[in-house]
Amino acid sequence: MGSHGIKDRVAIVGMSCTRFGEHWDRGLDELIVEAATDAFASAGIAKDDADAFWVGTAQSGMSGLLLSRPLRLHNKPVTRVENYCASGSEAFRQAAYAVCSGAYDVAVALGAEKLKDSGYQGANAAPIPSDGTNRTVTAAAMYSMIVPAYANRYGVSVDEVKTALARIASKNHHNGTLNPRAQYRREMSVEHLLSQPRVAGQLSVFDCAGVADGAAAAVIVRAEDALRYTERPLYVKALSFVAGDGSGVTDATYDYTTFPEVVHCAADAYQQAGITDPRRVLAMAEVHDCFTPTEMVLMEDLGFSQRGHAWKDVMDGAFELSGDLPVNPDGGLKSFGHPVGASGLRMMFEAWLQLRCEAPAERQIATVGERKLALTQNLGGYPGEMVSFVSILGTERD
Amino acid sequence: MNKRYTLEHPGKISWVRGILSHGAYLPYRRLDLATVAEVAGGGGRRGQRAVASFDEDATTMGVEAGRSSLLSADQVEVGSLWFSTVSPPYLDKTNAAAIHAALRLERSCPAYDVIGSVRGSLGALRAALAQDGPALAVAADVRVGLAGGPDEAYFGDGAAALLVGGDSDAPVLAEAGPWVSVTDEVLDRWRTPGELRSKVWEERYGELRYVAAGVEAFEGVLKMAGLTAQQVDQLVVTGTHGRACRSVIGKLGVPPERLVDDFALRVGNTGAADPFLLLAAALEKAEPGQSIVVLVLADGAEALMLTATAAVSQHQVRRPLAAQLAAGAPIGYGRYLAWRGLLAVEPPRRPEPARVSGSAAGRRVPWKFGFVGSRSDDGTINLPPLTGEQEGQPMADAQGTITTFTIDRLSYTPSPPMVFAVVDFDGGGRLPVELTDVDAADVHVGDRVEMTFRRLSTADGIHNYFWKARPLRESSV
Repeated sequence: MGSHGIKDRVAIVGMSCTRFGEHWDRGLDELIVEAATDAFASAGIAKDDADAFWVGTAQSGMSGLLLSRPLRLHNKPVTRVENYCASGSEAFRQAAYAVCSGAYDVAVALGAEKLKDSGYQGANAAPIPSDGTNRTVTAAAMYSMIVPAYANRYGVSVDEVKTALARIASKNHHNGTLNPRAQYRREMSVEHLLSQPRVAGQLSVFDCAGVADGAAAAVIVRAEDALRYTERPLYVKALSFVAGDGSGVTDATYDYTTFPEVVHCAADAYQQAGITDPRRVLAMAEVHDCFTPTEMVLMEDLGFSQRGHAWKDVMDGAFELSGDLPVNPDGGLKSFGHPVGASGLRMMFEAWLQLRCEAPAERQIATVGERKLALTQNLGGYPGEMVSFVSILGTERD
Repeated sequence: MNKRYTLEHPGKISWVRGILSHGAYLPYRRLDLATVAEVAGGGGRRGQRAVASFDEDATTMGVEAGRSSLLSADQVEVGSLWFSTVSPPYLDKTNAAAIHAALRLERSCPAYDVIGSVRGSLGALRAALAQDGPALAVAADVRVGLAGGPDEAYFGDGAAALLVGGDSDAPVLAEAGPWVSVTDEVLDRWRTPGELRSKVWEERYGELRYVAAGVEAFEGVLKMAGLTAQQVDQLVVTGTHGRACRSVIGKLGVPPERLVDDFALRVGNTGAADPFLLLAAALEKAEPGQSIVVLVLADGAEALMLTATAAVSQHQVRRPLAAQLAAGAPIGYGRYLAWRGLLAVEPPRRPEPARVSGSAAGRRVPWKFGFVGSRSDDGTINLPPLTGEQEGQPMADAQGTITTFTIDRLSYTPSPPMVFAVVDFDGGGRLPVELTDVDAADVHVGDRVEMTFRRLSTADGIHNYFWKARPLRESSV
């Protein structure tokens, strides 16, 4: 019994990511074809060279036909997976394990989502027949409960927390300006962000992820085969996943200042990768900033900040591009946009660019080379009731 | 000892049945009727009317009244349920079944609707009194008139429940005495099914017919009881015709100070609920030995005499009407019109709620309607109940504290914004739940709340009933 990980046994040899945003003129099929075609090209393979496929989407389609039909795949295994907003990461996990098992030589993980066809602003979950007693509150409102809870627990004023959250949004917007694939590419000053009307608790629309269409993909092979595809593969150091038991929502000891699922998920990933001091060894982290308080809490849950200090580290600029551990250098969900099923793979795509020194020069992280690891953290659900994924990717095979 | 009566054999001494407990429910909001004319171009009057919240209907208010009545008689096992309303949320389907589920009555307890007419609640009470065991009669109404019209100002929303039975069930607070019915086919007030608006015939005609019927019924009751009008200690008069109700009072010979306030300036006429509500008000202040006459003018007249017993002074009313009258908060006329569907306001630009699955709801009736969680071996209370846990934990009467809350301006609700709180219940159990009967600006961490049965939404004609939390107010002690 145990979680052993598959450190250095599989590698990413090709990746792709479409522009995220309002693709009014493009459907899911077009986004999928673009992501798949670019991933094949990135790995230098033809589509028939890929042996198996996993496609992650929260609610844009069903079954493997989602991929096999637009790609005209012939007699290939294709599996559609769903794990809330971590669906793209889930596709990656399944593809990685399939290659690691020896079942396939080359596997493709692809995530895609078409959110902008609903006709409503924001993301809306497809209704599942129910008894009508489920919570009706939005995700924004659930995450907004972090703000007063965090302020209260650590003796910080709500205004100080709000300012730190605006710093997070401002940072991610700034990073987005340096990213041609990002949905939003405008600077947002802290002052401007603080002046926005509240829509859920203390949160404004600018504390929320961009609602976007998009797709991203990765080509995965066994680590020993990786150099046949690329000189600079990314080795999978850790993959961990935790689906919470949902008790936080009804547990009176849960205080909305931490995500226990993420804490356990991160601990498993660090153990798999042999990391003890993530803040010092990671070159970058892509984390699930669905709402700004989420990113703040994640800094503590991932061990980047001490408990109660994330807001201060944010204010000190620790997680900016020029900081000691850049977080969401591609703009994150906030400004890159959040096409749900694609986001987990989009995070890895930034690690792919950064660790290979292929990011645009103005956002290339300076410590890459000296630091050789990147972390992605992808979650779905609500405080007290969530799923969490963590991956660690590296440029060198130990 | 007074003469005692049974319904079936008036005048014949038999075992005594009467009121064991009563519960009144007034919705939290009050409309200042002086604000009507400015908007509607006319209408309104001085005073206020009670306004059901956007998430209330006759069924939910009936549940609240029923809960109140049972709080003071928790040892009584209700043997039958009789529900009356002129604003039924459902036709074909029995509305009383939802009340039955929310009150967690026994499966073997029959539940019936007596709906559609104001007089129906008297039929419900008569039926309840005619039963053998404890029976619960509930009446509730959301009364609507068109903007600026007389009915809008005459009507009010509310509910009341009367638990009836014999001394072997619980102490009888007021013995049901003689009851005289005068049935008269009179075209005075009518409403076509599906219509919002009631119509009325020329007022004077109905007044003459009703006053005659009312005097006839009242005198019949006095005669059976062997009392004079001077010996009536409290007189309740209500009905479908406001002018006739006022007019008949002068013809009865009862001293004016004995008339029970009909709350015309604070609540309004609550339709089928009104006789129950006013009787509950009379019983709240009744003294042992008092004779109370309820006279209802509707398609004839009904006159019922009750005699308060010694038990009435010992009886603890858990949610007194006086406190509920004092607790109300204002609602603007515009929002009131929107709540009743009389003003088309822009809905939130979000997907509307999906309809409830009948079978999914059917599997979870104790949770959805009764607010029954589960209890683990270690004492943990789980809301909703945890799959596999057998031991139910009724939580409807639990009180709790707001641990944290948020105001959600994005979520779909018929009355934005949604106020949503994490509630920790006394004695265990936590639920993130919507708040109701609150103004968003008045909510604070640490506020005390209680649970209330509400209608969350309606889709495909299916009402989604569930529970919300509301601030604990003096009216709820």
